[in-house]
Amino acid sequence: MSNLIKLFISFFKIGAFSFGGGYAMLPLMKETVIDHHSWLTNSEFIDILAISEMTPGPIAINMATFLGYRVGGFIGSALATLAVVLPSFIVMSLIFHFVNKFKDSPYSDYFFRGIRPIVLGLIASAAVSVAMDAYVDIQSVIISIVLFYFITFKNLKAIPAIILAGLVGILVY
Amino acid sequence: MLLDMFKTFFKVGAFTIGGGYAMIPIIQEEIVDKKGWVKEEDFLDIVAASQGSPGPMAVNVSIFVGYKLKGLKGALTCMLGTVLPSFLIILLIATVFFQFRDNPVIAKMFMGIRPAVVALIASAVYKMAKKSDIRKAKILVVIATILIIVFTNISPIYLIILGGLFAIIYNSSKRKIEEG
Repeated sequence: MSNLIKLFISFFKIGAFSFGGGYAMLPLMKETVIDHHSWLTNSEFIDILAISEMTPGPIAINMATFLGYRVGGFIGSALATLAVVLPSFIVMSLIFHFVNKFKDSPYSDYFFRGIRPIVLGLIASAAVSVAMDAYVDIQSVIISIVLFYFITFKNLKAIPAIILAGLVGILVY
Repeated sequence: MLLDMFKTFFKVGAFTIGGGYAMIPIIQEEIVDKKGWVKEEDFLDIVAASQGSPGPMAVNVSIFVGYKLKGLKGALTCMLGTVLPSFLIILLIATVFFQFRDNPVIAKMFMGIRPAVVALIASAVYKMAKKSDIRKAKILVVIATILIIVFTNISPIYLIILGGLFAIIYNSSKRKIEEG
């Protein structure tokens, strides 16, 4: 199977099973692009994630465009981006046309209550797996803990946090 | 009209950093307050449906609003508007990123940035856990999910399907028992 078809199928799957926002889809994305297809190394994946955090738009789109470019240039990036939003398009079309039938059904509410702890677990495991590659020495652990404190309790935003960390990286390494 | 819709969602896509939840108030301001395309209570329904569907929330909202305004053509137009800014910006960065990545200064920068990414995700976990009322059984599910994802090859897809189905079956049978 050609790489472009694999790319399309992979990102369609990622789009179809990403519930609970960008971070929750990271384990699935990592599994697909690193473990299955070896399209990227772990540290490249994290670097791309960092850039996605700093640029506008949903993280899923940013990641799809970036990874698509890596695998198949411009065509790859267009294909991966299309594939990641196609499930959204299909599902929202269905909801738009059949919305009255869904409204009274409790099942979607059950479904989302059921997957909420799983989504939290997926995001936490994304933190764990990124940490396994990002924590290379004691300095990196300290950078991470200090930033966690300021992001969580002092309302430090993602972009200044990443810029700050980049500067610290130049000074420390 | 289509051009106006495209421009509005392009603006939303271009100026929202930080993903889904950050985009919602901006979309609301544009299409409810400024343009009056959607009523406020309808907008809340659209957001709820979008949160409950797979994929990026902002993309889902834009597709739905597009359908409401101009049918299939509107949905495609609004979706394109939301996605295009990300796509163009990332494409531009991607063309140079892999050449600059080996530059020693850039490499050092990313040595510092990687632990920051951990901090950002961990902070999201902390805030989410604090906000949602998580009881004992749910903590076990969270921990089990982490262990399965980190230490086994089981796909997250199966966990989502299994968790969702279990919740549907459990809650429907509970309701039946309560009613009957």
